[in-house]
Amino acid sequence: MIQVRPPVPDQDDAFHWEGARQEKLLLQRCADCGTVRHPPAPMCGTCGSLATDSLECSGRGTVHSWILSHHPTEPDEAPRVVILVDLEEGHRFVSNLIDTAHDEIHNGMAVDLCFVEYATTDGDTIVLPQFLPAGRKGVNR
Amino acid sequence: MRDVPAHRRAVIAGIGHTEFSQHSGRSPLQLASEASLAAIKDAGLSPADIDGNVTFAMDSTDELALIRSLGIPELRFSARTRGGGGGACATIQLAAAAVESGHADAVLVYRAFNERSGHRFGQPQVAPNPDPAWNQHKPYGLDTPAKIYALAFQRYMFEHGLTNADFGRYTVVARDWASTNPNAQFYERPITLDDHQASRWIVEPILRKLDCCLESDGGVGIVVTRAERAADLPCMPVDILSATASQIEHGHEMFAYYDQDLGEHQEAAAVGRRLYAESGLTAADIDVAMIYENFTPVVFLQLEALGFCGRGEARDFIADGHIGRGGSLPTNTNGGLLGEGYIHGMNNIVEGVRQVRGTSYNQISGAEHVLVSAGRSGLVLGRQS
Repeated sequence: MIQVRPPVPDQDDAFHWEGARQEKLLLQRCADCGTVRHPPAPMCGTCGSLATDSLECSGRGTVHSWILSHHPTEPDEAPRVVILVDLEEGHRFVSNLIDTAHDEIHNGMAVDLCFVEYATTDGDTIVLPQFLPAGRKGVNR
Repeated sequence: MRDVPAHRRAVIAGIGHTEFSQHSGRSPLQLASEASLAAIKDAGLSPADIDGNVTFAMDSTDELALIRSLGIPELRFSARTRGGGGGACATIQLAAAAVESGHADAVLVYRAFNERSGHRFGQPQVAPNPDPAWNQHKPYGLDTPAKIYALAFQRYMFEHGLTNADFGRYTVVARDWASTNPNAQFYERPITLDDHQASRWIVEPILRKLDCCLESDGGVGIVVTRAERAADLPCMPVDILSATASQIEHGHEMFAYYDQDLGEHQEAAAVGRRLYAESGLTAADIDVAMIYENFTPVVFLQLEALGFCGRGEARDFIADGHIGRGGSLPTNTNGGLLGEGYIHGMNNIVEGVRQVRGTSYNQISGAEHVLVSAGRSGLVLGRQS
């Protein structure tokens, strides 16, 4: 079982977590010049604008890098696979690869977005954007 | 060379440290006090001569507590450098800047902690941390430095076809150096590659236990003053030929995954370019390298970024024996942060000073120029001309 240490959203990233609740992967985008910035930040480093909207990602991507974290695994029961995903929109995103045999994982593998609700370490729940090998349907948990 | 008159150029005049251990049994303030006093005495000064200080933003010892403990009447310059061990050499940059600009005449640099018996850096970050960067990583299980850095190191391994055993060859060298350094926690305890490969996975397939630095208790002190003043003191001054730092736009501490090539240490490359330009030296002129290693792969990335070998060539550079005894670039001759102890990189500066002075336990004959890299900051140390 996975227990998630929850984020503590502030004014800059609350939109992202609200999006996850609605099963949308939203990245922050400058409303003036269109530059996407992730993780979120209050000001656009390209044009100085404070106006933001968001980019909803398709959820298709490939594995840029990956790890299997053994120690310490707590609060999870078993090692988790963490991946850095190259999203097809051209941005990178950290997430987990789930329901995948460890010997299947490789750099460049195609992955698809899904959303999973987990228990948090503070007794609540959270919806996290997660990834499955491309084409695999359904989340087995 | 920096445009500073010779009489005002900064030198390292004193070094000091406590023992490096797993359980100091005393407070960080006491460790800082002991290391600082040792450095001040090594410089031939007394506490009343110190008028400036530098430490890490993360250090728990307040400057006022320390000067009360040491009997320093007044600091007219006091500064801290941002972040973690990447800034180790930036402490010397700040101290040199203060001395060369006249804002202080004798600057005490210190770093002390109980990083094994107290707050362990290697343990998961459990406290809620309202930071959009942590928020984007901790929920996915990136809660320790080993996991966080390994996600970037894996890309480097993939691009150049490395396995964990390649990283283990660095550990074998570091433990060899440590085995003949009585200050090292792994004194007289060399290992083989098989020992490395038998240690448990921390983050598969990147880091085993023996790829990780040694969480340690201890303190380091360093005194920086003017060359002209040091010349009148009973000390062994070492020239600071260059000191610089690099903080880049997308270089977020630990989570720099997004806007860069993960196969290159951009900050170290920038640091290296400035170190060579300012010192007038090239990589070929460096006799000893001291390279910060919280985890083995950062040695590979820094060797490449600093121009000691080409991109992707660190594996062969290390396997061919360049960084060990008798090699072309003896590296981390104290055993490094894996073999001597992890005092946030500051003990590597101490070893660099010893190599230039000719007083290392693993002295490299004729060592004249030592490059110390902490990744986001670096130094070139040299003999007094």
